[in-house]
This record gives sequence, C-alpha cells and structure tokens, in this order.
Amino acid sequence: MGRGKLAAVDTVFFTGLLFLALVKATPIAFGAMAGLMSERSGVINIAIEGMMLMGAMMAFLGSVFFNDLTGGALPKIASLLAGLVVAMFFSAMVALLHALLSIHYKVDQIISGTVINLLAVGVTNFVANAFIDPNRIAGVGVLPVISIPILSEIPFIGRIFFSHQPLVYVMLIMVAVLQYALFKTPWGLRTRAVGEHPLAADTVGINVNRRRYINVTLGGALAGLGGAFLVLESVGRFQKLMTTGRGFIALAALIFGKWTSVGALGSALLFGFAEALGVRLQLGDVNELQALALLAGIGIIALAGVWSVLKLIRRGEDKRPSRTIGVLAIVGLATIAAALLIEWPSIEIPIQFLGLLPFIATVLVLAGFVGRAIPPAAIGKPYEKA
Amino acid sequence: MSEPVLRLVGISKRFPGVLANDQVDFELAPGEIHALLGENGAGKTTLMNVVYGLYEQDEGQIFINGEEVEIHDPNDALARGIGMVHQHFMLVPVMTVTENMMLGHETTHGPRLGPLSDLDQERVAEEIKALGVQHGLPIDPEAYVQDLSVGEQQRVEIVKALYRGAEVLILDEPTAVLTPQEAEDLFAVMRSLIAEGKSIIFITHKLKEVLAIADRITVLRDGKVVGTAEPAQTSEEELATMMVGREVILQVEKGPAEPGEAVLEVQNLNVQNLREQSVVRGVSFSVRAGEILGIAGVQGNGQAELVEALTGLAPVEGGHVFMNGQETTHLRPRAITEMGVAHVPEDRHRHGLVLTYPLDENLVLQTYYLPPFAKRSFLQPKEVRENAKRLIQEYDIRTPSIGTHASSLSGGNQQKVIVARELSRDIRLLIANQPTRGLDVGSIEFIHTRIIEERDEGVGVLLVSSELDEILSLSDRIAVLYAGEILAVMPAREATKERLGLLMAGVREAPNSIAAD
Repeated sequence: MGRGKLAAVDTVFFTGLLFLALVKATPIAFGAMAGLMSERSGVINIAIEGMMLMGAMMAFLGSVFFNDLTGGALPKIASLLAGLVVAMFFSAMVALLHALLSIHYKVDQIISGTVINLLAVGVTNFVANAFIDPNRIAGVGVLPVISIPILSEIPFIGRIFFSHQPLVYVMLIMVAVLQYALFKTPWGLRTRAVGEHPLAADTVGINVNRRRYINVTLGGALAGLGGAFLVLESVGRFQKLMTTGRGFIALAALIFGKWTSVGALGSALLFGFAEALGVRLQLGDVNELQALALLAGIGIIALAGVWSVLKLIRRGEDKRPSRTIGVLAIVGLATIAAALLIEWPSIEIPIQFLGLLPFIATVLVLAGFVGRAIPPAAIGKPYEKA
Repeated sequence: MSEPVLRLVGISKRFPGVLANDQVDFELAPGEIHALLGENGAGKTTLMNVVYGLYEQDEGQIFINGEEVEIHDPNDALARGIGMVHQHFMLVPVMTVTENMMLGHETTHGPRLGPLSDLDQERVAEEIKALGVQHGLPIDPEAYVQDLSVGEQQRVEIVKALYRGAEVLILDEPTAVLTPQEAEDLFAVMRSLIAEGKSIIFITHKLKEVLAIADRITVLRDGKVVGTAEPAQTSEEELATMMVGREVILQVEKGPAEPGEAVLEVQNLNVQNLREQSVVRGVSFSVRAGEILGIAGVQGNGQAELVEALTGLAPVEGGHVFMNGQETTHLRPRAITEMGVAHVPEDRHRHGLVLTYPLDENLVLQTYYLPPFAKRSFLQPKEVRENAKRLIQEYDIRTPSIGTHASSLSGGNQQKVIVARELSRDIRLLIANQPTRGLDVGSIEFIHTRIIEERDEGVGVLLVSSELDEILSLSDRIAVLYAGEILAVMPAREATKERLGLLMAGVREAPNSIAAD
C-alpha cells in the first residue's frame, strides 16, 4: 500500500504543484507590487488587504452588471474584462483615500491603513449580506486558460508557465516592467528619491506629494487586479472575506523581497508554493509525510545552493563554500534519500493544518531568513518642508 | 557698476510666531563672492530658501539681471540659473552620483515613453565627469553617495548645481563639515568659479572665513540687514559686534590647568553602531581632574558613539572604562550619573531635554527620585520649583515662567537648562559633546566660561567638538579622532590649526615627529 502511494510522488505531482504555486502566487504578487509602488515613494501601505477585498467585490459586481446591461449580447469575456476595469478603478479609489489620509491629512499611515482595511471588510460584508447573497447573484464565470502556442508544449516548463489564465501572464509582465521601471527610468528614479530623501527631491524640482499620490493610487489599481484574480480566475463569484490575509502576506513578500518586484515575486512564489502544497496534500492521493520530507530535502539543498551563489556574487565575502553549506547539502541529500527509501506510515494530517502552511511559512521567513531588509529611508513620514 | 545678477528688495518671510526675514534688501554683483554673515537663527538660510524657491516670500521682490521674477519652486530658480548647495546635502545616499545628478531633469535615450523611457546613465556620467575635471572638482560618477566622504559629497553637490546650469551659486555653511585644508581647497574652487564669471553667495557664521574669501559682506541679525561691509574696511571684532548687537569677547580667558588624579580612564575601547560597524576602534585616553581634554575631529568619526558608550547609553563591544578608579564599562546610565558624571549631549532635543515637560521638571531629570525632590516615592513639587527658580537666576535662563515647556525656549536657553542641570549636581567629570553648536555668540561665551570654572574647581572635562576654534581655545590637551581611532594626543600649546587639520583628515604623523616633541 505504502509503495503504491510512493509512485504518486512523481513528475506529475511536481509539475502540478509548481503550476499551482504560480497560480497561488499571482494575487500575492499583485498585492506586493501595490505595496512596492506605494512604499518606494515613502507611504507605508498596510491597506493592501482592504484594496484587494474591494477589488474582488467590484470585479464580481462589475462583471455581473456589465453582463446584465448588455443582456448577454456580448461574449462573456467582455463582461469579465469590464469587471477587471471596475475592480482596478475602485481599488485605486480606496488607495486614493489612503493617500489622502496619509499625505494630505498626515494621519499616521499605519492607522490609515488599518482603518481602510476595517472599512473594506465592513463595506464588502454589508454589500454581500444586503445585496449579493439575498439575491443569489451568480457570477459570469472565469477567464479562459490561454495556452501559449509552442511554449506550452515544452515538457515540465510548458505546463508550469505557459498554460495559464491571463492575469497570471499580466502579473509576470508587470513584475518585469516594474523592476525595469524602478531602476532604469525617470519615473523610478523620482519614486525612489521621494521615498528616500524627499527634501532632496524637492530641491531639484520634484513635486513630492504629487508623486506619492500618483504612486499610491496606481498601486491600488494593481491590488485591484489581485482581488479580481480571486473572483475572475479562481472562484468565479464573490465570497465574504475571500482575500483571507493575502494582502498581509503580500506585504511580507514585499519586505522579504527587499522592496523590489522580482524579489517580491520570488517570495510570493514561496508563499504560493506553501499554499499549493497545502491544497495539493489535501487531495489525499499521496503520502503526506513522504511528500513533506522530500520537499524539505529539496528545500535544504536549494537553500545551500542559493547561499553559495550569493557568496560568489557578493562583494568582499569569502568565495569558498563554508562548512555550513556543506553540512546543509549533506543533510538535504540524506533527507531526500530517507524520503524515497523509508516506508512512511500514512498519517492523516488535518486539512486545517495544511491550510495553515502559507502562514507558518510567512512567520518563519519573517523571523529567520529575511536578514536586514532596509526600507526606504523616508517611509511613513509625511513630507513637510523643514 | 554693472547690473546686479540678483537683487532682493524688501523681502519678508513669516513663520508662525517668528518674523524670519524683515524687509531684507540684498544685491549680488556679477563675479563676486558675497558673504551672508549672521548667527544661527538670523535668517540667512531662510532668505536663501526664498531665493531658491523652497519658501515663498510674504513680501518683497526678486530681480534677476534687472528683471523682476517670481520664484514659486526650485524649478523656477534652477531655470533662472540659481543653484544652491544646502548645509545638509540634498543627495540620496542609496543612489549613485550619476543618478543624483539626473534626478529632476533626466536624460533618456531609446523609445520616447515619457516617464518610462530608458535613462541614459552613460552619457550623463561622461558629462559630469568632464564638468568636474573642468572645474577642478574630480568626482566618480559610478560611486554611491553613501560611500563618499562629506568633502566628496560637497563636490558632488557643487557639480550638480553647475550641471543644472547655475550662474549664481548659493553655498550654505559649506565649511561646517570640512577640515581646514578641505576648506582651503573649497575656497580655491570658489575663486576659480568666480574667474569663470559665476557669482557666489556664501552663507556662514565664521568671521575668519568671511574676511579671507568674500568681496562683500552683508550681516543679518534677527532677520534684518544690519549692514554691508568690505573685508578691507572691517575687522573680526567689528563684524562680531554687528552680528550680536553688542561687544563680545572672542577670546576665552583662562589660567593654566592644575591637573590631579585621572577621573576618566579609557582603555582600548571598541564600540559598534546600530549597523554593527566598528566606529570606535581601540581608543585609549585619560582625563585628569582639573583639566580639559578636547577631542577634535570632523563630525561622524565616532564622536557620538564614543560619548554614548562612556555615558552608558550604548553598549561597549570591548575595552574598559574607569571613572575615579572604578570600572564603569557596562554600567547603566543612572549608575554612571550617580558616580558624579555630567553629560551635555550632542542633540539637546533628543537626548538633553524632554521637550514636552516644563522647565522645572527638566531641571531634575536625574535627581527627581532623590531627596529633597522625592520623599517616600512622592515628588515634592515645591522643592522642584525652588530648584528651578534658583537655577534660572544663577544660569541666566530667559524664560517666561518656570512652567514653560522646554520646546518653547530658544536654542541657547535650552542649552543653558541642560548645563544648569548637569553642573548643579556634585560632579567629578563633565562630558560635553558639541556644547555650543547652533548657539548665539552670547550663549557660547557663557557656556565656555562655565566649563572653565568647572575645570578650575577640579572637575575633569571631556570636550568633544568639531569646531576647531572651540577645541583650541578651551582645551588643555587635545586628542584627534579620525575614523574611530585616536591619531594623536598633544598638549594644547603644541597644537596648531594646520597640524590638527591634517590629523582630522586622517594624515598620520611620522613616529619621529612625535618623538621630537
């Protein structure tokens, strides 16, 4: 019996897991990019959760109303795209409120963010209770999978990366665009200057507060896409509190990714992977202990690998692999061997525990591996001329 | 005489409760260095911030090359050829020199995508490198600003102003962060800029510099122009009188020191800053009773961390500190205070006072729990007030009442509150870090006199200052701190500005020259 389960932990298991990790990482990455735009310009954004929740609801309502208005004359996808636009608009408006409170009224940015999160919960719950649920409003559906020709045929890679619904691609493109824009364009230069040393930016003629308004608001639109993803690419309808903390995980991903979009995507993938693993193991077709042991082994080896690469590329560090790295590699290999060779007893891990995985990963990552991520120097401080 | 490049007529600028500039008239002739002299708070920087567009004036007109202009923000000023090097540099530390240069008017290449076009870093790097060479201001375009010394950052700031096309250059207290030699280099650059036809406004409160470099001097006091003079027809004493409004004694009078036992003994002290970098490295020295040991050095060479470690505010990484023969290395601040140590901290707002407390409570911050201020765990407000009344009189603290919050006092009076509190206790050692920074000449005079009096009563004094004049006029012995190390300790009579200046720049003395002493 145990041998039979072992066979399930194979390439199909892994490609499925990684595919799902990318899907699960998508809303987190959108949220992290919203935070990136805001925080790089100096405004702390803990309101991502609220913006995403609002985006999710408005994506649902937007697509449903558009569908009703057109009376089904247009294809379903038009309604779904309309939902996307509506979600972006309303999330941007929520972000604008955050900007107004923290830039114009100089409210403490943590307080402003908290208030907005509470407000978003209140508003969406109210609309759901008073309007969506009693009327049993059904969703329009979800965006179709777009398999990219040729690329999606590549073994493993094709399945993992090139056979997704459109927002996953949009997310990947936005990550690349933002990374480039932040470090190579006038917009990025000004954004970083405003977040690091606003007075210096002011003295060369940059309007600090305007830059912050624009960034926070545009970031809100990205958070809206993250919320819309949950409705338009995943569940198909709005549920109360459906963001379930993804906005906060996005914030953790942003910090873990050291305020860069590529870094944030990397950490979003980590969280997405943890979540996907939870989902995947809930299916019950593999031996949970074996799968976890195998992944732990791969994780340890990956850690050793990343560490030695970092040692190689960082300035001024000893280039030789340290003893710790060697020990890590051996421990990793031993774990993999054990995972494959030992006959693991099959224990039922409670589903609720598996659902906890992304949050446990967040705690571990924030507590242990982040190192010293240095935030933009002027973050959280309203700009006032001396 | 030719048309002034910049003319200010009747400029007034108000802040809530303060008239920072009052009907100021000012003229800058082409090709001149015009010094704007005044004490801290006289309104020099405010006036220049108006010219540069950071503030808008409430009244008055600005003329550039004879034409009246309105300057609403720095863009307007930059467009009209006005550049300003601020006292606190306006550079983003985590960016490269090139990025800082481009900021605000970026050069791009490739497809025109507006704010998302590609920055042309290579071209700008070439341009600023050439510009630097042309003006004798070599800079490395690829360096990150945070890795540059203050002198290098200042060069970057000047090149930045030139890169933006400045014809009028405003330099706000440019020598405050420089060693004497670096200041000389800066003056040479200023002269060559003048030779190329630029005009310079030089803001300072240092009399010697003004006489050395300026073509004309305008003195501001309390926001008003007191007068304009030419260096040849004036003197340090006359300028000081104009600045302060009364005659001042520029030289501190003090007799010879009579040093006794060591009250502070520091052995191989190591201290790290918050980023875990070693900023005080193997420092050893001693301070004897009845002498003043001055620690000279450019700001940011470990002075702040050294003082924090000595007073127990920061942890000591290695080495030993003894006070009155007892080891105090890892003691907490209260224990150190109770051993008779007074501390006048560098930042009077953050470490010296509780700004939101009234004056009388600020005067008992270290003694509130002791009799007579506390009895059986209860504060004795009457005693606290009596104490305040006595000190206010003794130390000439100008305040509306003893219940006034510390935040509403002027800088000089805030500093007097700290000095009064620290010196009114029974002390053996006084650690004073930048005790007169930002103060008016009158307050400086008072605090200097008090420090000498303490010395004469047998207190050991550790004086940390980046003002070389202060170190030279007060100290009995002088140590130079550079990059966290003490490069030399010498009797004050063997110290000259030049010798200290070289040490402050990190130039070590050959061992034989020390042996020759």
